Amino acid sequence: MLVIVLELRRPSSSRSGRAILQAKQMQLAVLNGKKSKDTEEGSAGDVLDDNPVGKLKVYVYELPSKYNKKILQKDPRCLTHMFAAEIFMHQFLLTSAVRTLNPNEADWFYTPVYSTCDLAPNGLPLPFKSPRMMRSAIQLISARWPYWNRTEGADHFFLVPHDFGACFHYQEEKAIKRGILPLLQRSTLVQTFGQQNHVCLNDGSITIPPYAPPEKIMSHLIPPDTPRSIFVYFRGLFYDLNNDPEGGYYARGARASMWENFKNNPLFDISTDHPTTYYEDMQRAVFCLCPLGWAPWSPRLVEAVIFGCIPVIIADDIVLPFADAIPWEEIGVFVAEKDVPYLDTILTSIPADVILRKQRLLANPSMKQAMLFPQPAQPGDAFHQILNGLARKLPHDKKIYLKPGEKVLNWTAGPVGDRKPW
Amino acid sequence: MKQLAALQQQGRRSNSFRSNSSPLDATVDGAIKSPATIFWLFLHGLCCLISLVLGFRFSRLVFFLLFSASPSPSTTTIYSALRTTLPAISSPQERNVSADGAGSRVVVGRHGILIRPWPHPDPAEVMKAHRIIERVQAEQRSQYGVKNPRTVVAITPTYVRTFQTLHLTGVMHSLMNVRYDLVWIVVEAGGTTNETASLIAKSGLKTIHIGVEGKMPLLWEDRHKFESRMRLHALRIVRDKKLDGIVMFADDSNMHSLELFDEIQNVKWIGTVSVGILAHSGGSEEGDLLMRETHADEKDEKKSQIPVQGPACNASGNLAGWHTFDTQPFVERSAIYIGDRAVVLPRKLEWAGFVLNSRLVWEDVEGNPVWVKDLVEIGKDGEDIESPLSLLTDTSVVEPLGSCGRKVLLWWLRVEARADSKFPARLLELLSFSTTISETSLLLYIWIIDPPLDITVPAKRTPWPDAPPELPAYVEKVTTIPENTEKRPAKSGSKRKRSSRSKRKHNVKVLDIRASTKQAGDN
Repeated sequence: MLVIVLELRRPSSSRSGRAILQAKQMQLAVLNGKKSKDTEEGSAGDVLDDNPVGKLKVYVYELPSKYNKKILQKDPRCLTHMFAAEIFMHQFLLTSAVRTLNPNEADWFYTPVYSTCDLAPNGLPLPFKSPRMMRSAIQLISARWPYWNRTEGADHFFLVPHDFGACFHYQEEKAIKRGILPLLQRSTLVQTFGQQNHVCLNDGSITIPPYAPPEKIMSHLIPPDTPRSIFVYFRGLFYDLNNDPEGGYYARGARASMWENFKNNPLFDISTDHPTTYYEDMQRAVFCLCPLGWAPWSPRLVEAVIFGCIPVIIADDIVLPFADAIPWEEIGVFVAEKDVPYLDTILTSIPADVILRKQRLLANPSMKQAMLFPQPAQPGDAFHQILNGLARKLPHDKKIYLKPGEKVLNWTAGPVGDRKPW
Repeated sequence: MKQLAALQQQGRRSNSFRSNSSPLDATVDGAIKSPATIFWLFLHGLCCLISLVLGFRFSRLVFFLLFSASPSPSTTTIYSALRTTLPAISSPQERNVSADGAGSRVVVGRHGILIRPWPHPDPAEVMKAHRIIERVQAEQRSQYGVKNPRTVVAITPTYVRTFQTLHLTGVMHSLMNVRYDLVWIVVEAGGTTNETASLIAKSGLKTIHIGVEGKMPLLWEDRHKFESRMRLHALRIVRDKKLDGIVMFADDSNMHSLELFDEIQNVKWIGTVSVGILAHSGGSEEGDLLMRETHADEKDEKKSQIPVQGPACNASGNLAGWHTFDTQPFVERSAIYIGDRAVVLPRKLEWAGFVLNSRLVWEDVEGNPVWVKDLVEIGKDGEDIESPLSLLTDTSVVEPLGSCGRKVLLWWLRVEARADSKFPARLLELLSFSTTISETSLLLYIWIIDPPLDITVPAKRTPWPDAPPELPAYVEKVTTIPENTEKRPAKSGSKRKRSSRSKRKHNVKVLDIRASTKQAGDN
């Protein structure tokens, strides 16, 4: 797809991630011999459009249906909530071209466990049984196939889209105390949670966007010439009255601060409403606030990118999805939590041509495609970005292969309750 | 799932309170009431009462005061004691977890809610934001809007009269906000005058000011015909000068929406838009009657309150005919002469509802379609051209615009003062007090009552004090309310109460500008 070239090449920023990206772009351009498309420098047009087919092979373990299908049958709400990526990834891999039926030639092994599908009556997932479920699944695959023991899971990947990933708790303090499930320490975790220097994010994890239903989003598109007249837009809670009535815990006080400082500001269209025109309103806004909640990630980021609204990310040390493929600091605005009271000064002092450039980058269709999980899968979508991420980690380091009989993982670590069979 | 967290927090809070009151747990032993125990009892009771009133906030505050090791951080940006940032190490509540020891700034636990001392918008920033929004919208337009915008040629017939400035300024401001290139042809009855010329010179638009011989007639019927002649004259100018673009007819008393100018860019040869007809009368009772009748009499499909003249489409979206204004109910009550206080009726199809490609009126252009007549053949015998449809041999080629006439993009209105009403040479210019003195080199045109009246009685209902106010130094002459109130047409007169009319004739107030506008608003 052609993107209009509107600017000359700009010098790259100094972050090491960007440097790697540029190196990869050069590499790809040279190796594949293809001309780089008419995208702006640093717009990651090349890397996002990579085709993972041929670069890796994934073997999907056949687990008994109590780990996946039966859970889904018990509660079909799992298909529409924001953690649905684990289910759709499984379905995608089953029919994908990267799937191999011969495990001996596989680079990566996938275990389909729907750990976020045990829902409370109000629809929120209960993570209390997830560690036991995971442990039971790993015991199964290590007993039935030799590939787990070969590397103790270093060439396996799991999807853990819950609030704090593989820490399997919704409360941050408890999640930190638990840490990542010990059995998953060597595996690659594909999760939505990402925060730097956090216990629940391993080096080498792949951060993905939360699931947003693509058909629903596409059905709410409005004509692109509708003028953007809202300056800043946000809909959501500022105080979680059920769990943190006076504020200070929820969102580390950032959302409450947003409300107290800007509730009287006409430029800020923020409220706790649930309008039916939520998606349409985002398409009429210049900036969309994406503050942290109980966890730093939220589907607002996905919605903002798709609707062309510049995301204003208020979450200290957050790791954003596909950070090595998408140039987030060029698309969005990052505001430290302590700077929230000065948000209006920050946003109005951004020069207009910087804003226009961000909007042009956001308009790049491959960026929008990379945030979605469409059914059926399309080239460049989030499924392919996950596979690209996995492909970039290949080839595996020889050190991960253990000598026979060598054990690294501690199968008895963790709380006693985790060892109960599931 | 969050309810569980809530329960745990509740437990934590009550713990803190209990620990707070633990020094008070020196329980009363038996009947011995030493002063110490009484004192503690009293303190306990006091704390209970305060907690009842303030709730957990009190416990948190006491906790903070008792246990905080370091003073709270700089309070320049922090709002109040109850919402200060508790230092992370101060209370055991927060001491428990940090996400990771090494290098992480992010701490789990309670954080303060930062509120800056003046949480209100700064006007300079608001202006910056609006400029950003304008840039964004301009960029959107250039990317998704009309690709090759054509020049708009607006034709306005006018003549010097009381309300000319009012109407012409309205049209002028609408045209000044049009985002495309514009040529404004102002045709004036009775020849060009300096008044009109000076008015339209302020627009900064490209104007062509031409005059047509002959005074504007007094009767509405004749006026409509005369205006058609004026418009034809303007079309001849378009033809002679070979102006390229889209011709639209902006009558000076009509109101145009800016979407109209975006929509007419879509016209190929000749198009038509829906015009809302604001036919009304003077006098409030007649107005109500009229509104009720027009509601019953509307002819178009949508349930609008005002009658609409415009294209009617069939199911496939092609032009099937026109909606016109039904003049039946108003036949007896219609206005005859200008300034009459009855309903002013539009003609069957107003010129304002049509837009033309200017090439249609050029001479000898090859690409012109066959159904257009040559301009010179029309109207040369002085016949009445009712609408641009007379330019066509085949009226079915007209393109309906504005989603097939469903969108009303302009409103037709005719409001005039009596033809013999007096009005000053140019309208009063209210000085804006923020401009510098040097800009007041404009001459002040004022309405003045000469000779001054002998009796001035203060109005009873004004909130201003009775003492005559000080006139500001830079107002040279006083401004007074004009005398000819009864001659004004009732559109603005309907705002005044009738009972005050007779009083007003003799009451002229010596006011400064502020008070005068307030008075106008009062009545």
